[in-house]
Amino acid sequence: MKKLINRPEDLVEESLAGLALAQPDLLRVVAPGVVVRIDAPRRGKVGLVSGGGSGHEPLHAGFVGPGMLDAACPGAVFTSPVPDQILAATRAVDGGAGVLHIVKNYTGDVMNFEMAAELAAADGIEVRAVTVADDVAVQDSLYTAGRRGVGGTLLVEKIAGAAAEAGADLAEVERLARRVCDGARSMGVALSGCTVPAVGRPTFELADDEMEIGIGIHGEPGRARVPLAPAAEVVRQLAEPILADLPFRAGDGVLAFVNGMGGTPLIELHVVFGALHRLLAGRGITVERSLVGPYVTSLEMAGCSITLLRLDDELRRLWDAPVRTAALRWGR
Amino acid sequence: MTETPAGAVFGAAPTVGVPELADWLRRFAALVAAAKDELTALDAAIGDADHGVNLDRGLQAVVARLPELGAPGATPASLLKGVALTLISTVGGASGPLYGTFFLRLAGSLGDAPAVGPGELAAGLRAGLDGMAERGRTQLDDKTMVDALAPAIAALAAGLPAAWDEVLARSVAAGAAGRDRVTPLVARKGRASYLGERSAGHQDPGATSAVLLLEALRDALAPAGAPG
Repeated sequence: MKKLINRPEDLVEESLAGLALAQPDLLRVVAPGVVVRIDAPRRGKVGLVSGGGSGHEPLHAGFVGPGMLDAACPGAVFTSPVPDQILAATRAVDGGAGVLHIVKNYTGDVMNFEMAAELAAADGIEVRAVTVADDVAVQDSLYTAGRRGVGGTLLVEKIAGAAAEAGADLAEVERLARRVCDGARSMGVALSGCTVPAVGRPTFELADDEMEIGIGIHGEPGRARVPLAPAAEVVRQLAEPILADLPFRAGDGVLAFVNGMGGTPLIELHVVFGALHRLLAGRGITVERSLVGPYVTSLEMAGCSITLLRLDDELRRLWDAPVRTAALRWGR
Repeated sequence: MTETPAGAVFGAAPTVGVPELADWLRRFAALVAAAKDELTALDAAIGDADHGVNLDRGLQAVVARLPELGAPGATPASLLKGVALTLISTVGGASGPLYGTFFLRLAGSLGDAPAVGPGELAAGLRAGLDGMAERGRTQLDDKTMVDALAPAIAALAAGLPAAWDEVLARSVAAGAAGRDRVTPLVARKGRASYLGERSAGHQDPGATSAVLLLEALRDALAPAGAPG
């Protein structure tokens, strides 16, 4: 294992401390694993809290700031935060208008956020939760934990964040978050595993001529190990299940998000984006908005994911609204 | 039920008080620490490689708090409630709420008694198991901790009032058999379920740590020198 760390057990706190020093005008760390927007709580504004395991940076702490999240609670690497953290974040951002929890659909995350919401309710804070489950690689059935939350989480945080910033009430912010969940679909591929610092060994290993298709963002293996293929073919293998699932149809306008898993450079991500753009054009689907970069990562894993969100005027306007966070910034 | 102090008579059913429960937790922590790498390796195959590390972190926190939680005035319920809250606050992932809820419900079933007999303990473990299954929305054969704990706790209740050390040994055997029985199955809960058919044939890390919990209970409550 070769990493720029001190002690594995100090990694998350040291990284958050560094983030707060780098973004002093945006956020502060108010307790271990609790990152809060610098001006929270804002009276009358719905608070947005998200969180999950660390190792997906910039998700979630990199999205704390005006127009997006009010707080993030990162857990240990690839491990859900604990209820104490989530409760502390919820209290810190409650401005009297209620708090929305944005939860990626993993067994541990869902349970810990549920426990925190029960505790917050006992404090008299109104909490609603939206569960993001956009990964088409997982079959959604009674026989699985359900689909994972992956790249679509960023889109939920951005769009719900824009609505909350504009003064929407809790029910409206929740409705918009659900609209994004309903219209977003993702799928990912890994060219390498990744190494959890406390473990010290890669979670899985791939030969030079192999890729793992349908991976999540925790170094867990995917649905199938298949021969490595040229980028255009990989894009086809990711995009086909996404298009068929919603389904996306000719005439649709979409936001196309090509996400790096942490170890794949932008030069390759733009090759992927180009191939995706051509594939979508061939199906009569228009790319109206785009995002390319490592935003929802899996430590140093090589690979990428594709997320498509079907757009309409309402979602397009909220996507375009100003945002000022460590990792996403435009407008204003 | 007997008034005999724990460990005094071979095979006798002890009363279970704060010292015995603290010993159980200490032994569970030691077994998990020793098996940390094995648990992590099992989890790496079908999950996200954090079960051993997370559980070890939480149980070390529990051990550090045991002197305070078991201080004079403590009851089995107060001790176990403290254990539950510590696990919920330190483990994270799915294991934190699941083991935390297990100990919280166990604590809740024991009332204010300064010590309990085997029957009350078995009933309490059953309550803990029900809480865990409810929190995780888990059923038998989902391939989780529940598949090891359910047969073990059933064996405990069914085995009484036979010799306590034999009942505990049978309970561990039933738990291990439950763990191994579900290995060929496809996981239906947690991250292992994302693998679909690929999870079949892999031993479940949660069921594995649950057997360590049972072994620790046996070692803490079976009189010294007892078989198993």
